[in-house]
Amino acid sequence: MKKPVIEIQNLSFSYRGHPILKNVNLKINERSFVAMIGPNGGGKTTLLKLMLGLLEPDSGIVSIFGESPQHTAHRIGYVPQEIGINKSFPISVMDVVLMGKLRTGRGWSRHSRNDRNAAEKVLEELEMWELRDRRIGELSGGQRQRVFIARALVNDPEILFLDEPTANVDSKGQTEFYEVLKKLNETAAIIMVSHELMVISSYVKSVACVNENVHYHNAAEITEEMIDMFCCPVELVTHGKVPHRVLRKHEDF
Amino acid sequence: MLEALQFEFMRNALFAGILASVTCGIIGTLVVVNRIVFISGGIAHASYGGIGLAFFFGLPYMFGTLGFALLTAMIMAAVTLKKRHRSDTIIGVLWAVGMALGVILTDLTPGYNVDLMSYLFGSILTVPNADLWLMLGLSIVIILITGFFYNDLLAMSYDEEFARVRGVPVNFLYFLLLGMIALSVVMIIRVVGLILVIALLTIPPYIAENYSKSLAKMMLVSALLSMAFTVIGLWLSYMFNLTSGATIIMVGAAGFFISVLLDRFKRKK
Repeated sequence: MKKPVIEIQNLSFSYRGHPILKNVNLKINERSFVAMIGPNGGGKTTLLKLMLGLLEPDSGIVSIFGESPQHTAHRIGYVPQEIGINKSFPISVMDVVLMGKLRTGRGWSRHSRNDRNAAEKVLEELEMWELRDRRIGELSGGQRQRVFIARALVNDPEILFLDEPTANVDSKGQTEFYEVLKKLNETAAIIMVSHELMVISSYVKSVACVNENVHYHNAAEITEEMIDMFCCPVELVTHGKVPHRVLRKHEDF
Repeated sequence: MLEALQFEFMRNALFAGILASVTCGIIGTLVVVNRIVFISGGIAHASYGGIGLAFFFGLPYMFGTLGFALLTAMIMAAVTLKKRHRSDTIIGVLWAVGMALGVILTDLTPGYNVDLMSYLFGSILTVPNADLWLMLGLSIVIILITGFFYNDLLAMSYDEEFARVRGVPVNFLYFLLLGMIALSVVMIIRVVGLILVIALLTIPPYIAENYSKSLAKMMLVSALLSMAFTVIGLWLSYMFNLTSGATIIMVGAAGFFISVLLDRFKRKK
């Protein structure tokens, strides 16, 4: 029996009077690999931020490992959306990764030898060790994204949250990236906001459709109803690139 | 320059410039990377209201200005916390109201009036010894606080959201940072004037950012650059009998344009 790592009960969230999420119930087990899909403005990123404790729900409960998200920082990893802000910031690759080991309330803290060894290990795994002294702004979009992944992984997270992680990564980089995630998924749960529907069929184990409500499908399938009612990625249907099995009707509806 | 150092006022001016450079290097770096130059300008200008209050109510100068600047900084922190990059208007209002309050209160105070010019450009050539000690203390306090919270400040400045997820007390640090800005600005204005504070807070960190691989190095390079600007500026003002504050700013501005040109040149290659 798998243990749940994330439990959301009757959660609602609104922004300036506009309801974003209504009455969401969701349970995610350990070692899940969940893709959150849905239309823009449907609340995917909002739901992710609620799970991270960056936002407070209007009502309802979010619990991570049975606790409030604010108390679980040391057990989770987070890869934010790469939107290229702060590129001129004077910080090296190594220092960005070490940020993932940050413990607060420990003034004067210099990073320990253990922290540096962990950062070295994860940078080597991602083939970024040679670039450790580079400034973050000198890297390509794909390399920078790998640094952010290294920063999330350096802490050996039990849950990894990612927000559209491959938006700026070329297709070769994407394949490598998902292989890394697949390996990590042997020990950790992965929750990912994604538009990459190809990925869903080949790596992801379950799909959460987010559009004000959340419909959780414990299979890597996208049904026609999901597309019609909740997700509406029109180009998916018209381009017809998606393997046909993901378009099969789903009995749960 | 060496002969100029025979005069105590020149030695004091030099020390004051160096101490102001240390503080501005550290705080200016944090101001520039957090993009809160406008907020800092607002705090600096609004603190003129504190000068007016101090004169009107007969309070000690430092008490009035520091208290008022800290209060303004905390209000600005509270207002800008949620939407850091979209609160220009409110900052502008506080900026203007603070200055106007200062001017009106000094109007209403009978007898001695503060000279607005000395507030704007300071009087680096008439720094008393007591102020030097105060600035030395302030520099040490700023170095200690920044050293203590360095990693947290770095995380907050680089990626606020990630810092929050890691449990960094971002709100507290933001108030702390604006408080440190208020403290530094008030103390340094007394010595070198409002305009020079803004120049030293922004120009050296802007140049240093290009040549620094870490925030700490950026602070160091900024501090060294502003020391160079201050010393060269003081020397030129002595040689050509010019207003020292303004001369220091012009030297800094020259450094700024040279750095921009070098940067352009490097990119074209």
